[in-house]
Amino acid sequence: MSQHIKPVSRYTTAARINHWVTAVSLILLALSGMALFHPSLYFLTYLFGGGQITRAIHPWIGVVLAISFLGLFLRFFTLNFWNRDDTVWMKNLGSVINNKEEGLPELGKYNAGQKLVFWGQSILILLLLGSGFVLWDTYFAAYTTIDQKRLSAVIHALCAIGAILIWIVHVYAAIWVKGTMSAMTRGSVSGGWAWKHHRKWFRQEVGKP
Amino acid sequence: MSVMQALDLRRRSASSVPPPPAGAKAAVPVAKLIDVSKCIGCKACQTACLEWNQLDQPIGYTDGTYNNPTDLTTASWTVMRYTEYEHGDDLEWLIRKDGCMHCDDPGCLKACPAPGAIVQYTNGIVDFISDNCIGCGYCVKGCPFNIPRISQVTSKAYKCTLCSDRVVVGQAPACAKACPTQAIYFGTKDDMIAHAGKRITDLKSRGYQNAGLYNPPGVNGTHVMYVLQHADKPSLYAGLPDNPHISPLVGIWKGVMKPLSLAAIAFAGAFGFMHYVTKGPNRVTEHDEEKAAEVAGSDRA
Repeated sequence: MSQHIKPVSRYTTAARINHWVTAVSLILLALSGMALFHPSLYFLTYLFGGGQITRAIHPWIGVVLAISFLGLFLRFFTLNFWNRDDTVWMKNLGSVINNKEEGLPELGKYNAGQKLVFWGQSILILLLLGSGFVLWDTYFAAYTTIDQKRLSAVIHALCAIGAILIWIVHVYAAIWVKGTMSAMTRGSVSGGWAWKHHRKWFRQEVGKP
Repeated sequence: MSVMQALDLRRRSASSVPPPPAGAKAAVPVAKLIDVSKCIGCKACQTACLEWNQLDQPIGYTDGTYNNPTDLTTASWTVMRYTEYEHGDDLEWLIRKDGCMHCDDPGCLKACPAPGAIVQYTNGIVDFISDNCIGCGYCVKGCPFNIPRISQVTSKAYKCTLCSDRVVVGQAPACAKACPTQAIYFGTKDDMIAHAGKRITDLKSRGYQNAGLYNPPGVNGTHVMYVLQHADKPSLYAGLPDNPHISPLVGIWKGVMKPLSLAAIAFAGAFGFMHYVTKGPNRVTEHDEEKAAEVAGSDRA
């Protein structure tokens, strides 16, 4: 057995808590939102205590998500700016999907796929928040016209489906790429994982070029 | 079949309805006909509505016009809307009794996400079933006439029921019964259209060349219809829509989007699963661990 280095720290405890608050809110929002979106899924309202409560609680969970996601955004946005290596990585997406990462540029903390998830969710959550306020009749019914509410309903549903699809990609990637999950459960990854997937970031972490 | 045959459903929000038994006679569609040319604006219908439905409209404010209350509310399911229409030297006082039109193709019902919160009986009446209502306000977005109102107290939607509880036992709606000039008729839809025809002939003979029936085809006709002096310009009557229809946005939202969205989510899940099955997981190798140790140096071991 060859020597392994100590796990490499990837996320602080605060960042992990921030992530899991966001994750739980997003799942609850998806369940309650889908319940009100498609009649076949109306039974999901029982998870929340019925239709009235589902309708009442959904926007409040949305507020929690928005605040929580803002935390993630502020933590990570500087690490998610696009660079030339990301374009190369995207052009080789086929190899990535086929588990052939050799020959790809060395990456910083995030690859292009992760960056797209980040920016995709950032934009969609902003749109969901805006259209959500327009649909939140309990407090904001008087501030918009019915036509604006109709448009918001369509935007809200479209963005929600987009966010759910991105969420599926995000979760699947964590299942597919072994060794990833510990980043969000324990805050660290193995040296080999860091070397394989985020070499430039690994070099920075260990302070060697 | 429901307990009372007259309450058999034709449509039910967010659900399907069993068809009537084979050989059953089709229910006779009913309609209320409001003859605007005979209305004197006395508001007896508003009062009768409050009384029959045991509604309490709190005293509000006046905006200096006869419109009182100024809009439909959760308690006022019908209001008179007064318009002063000036043309040439002439002034006409157009008084329209506003309220649910009981569309044959009801936008509220199509938009409603709660099973059974909005129903349409076989006689054409569209009714809100408060028990099932979740107060989301989607009916407001579905309605082409801006009729439903959501209560801040009960978080339920309310509107005219066409006195479905009276109609089911063979009575006319309370407003029709109370009207002193018989400007409100109630009967089968065919009878109401025939009666409107006579009224329109009469109005035309009195110089209202554009008199006509308001039974808009955009919502497949309505079970509340108007006789208008100026049927060519319905919007004269306090903004009655000229050509009402369910908004195309609501059509997309409640139509193609629903199956397409579920299909997209199912596809994404299936794609991920098949990818894992065919390509397998992406694993860190022992070689990666060794390289990492080598680069990091012995101080990290």
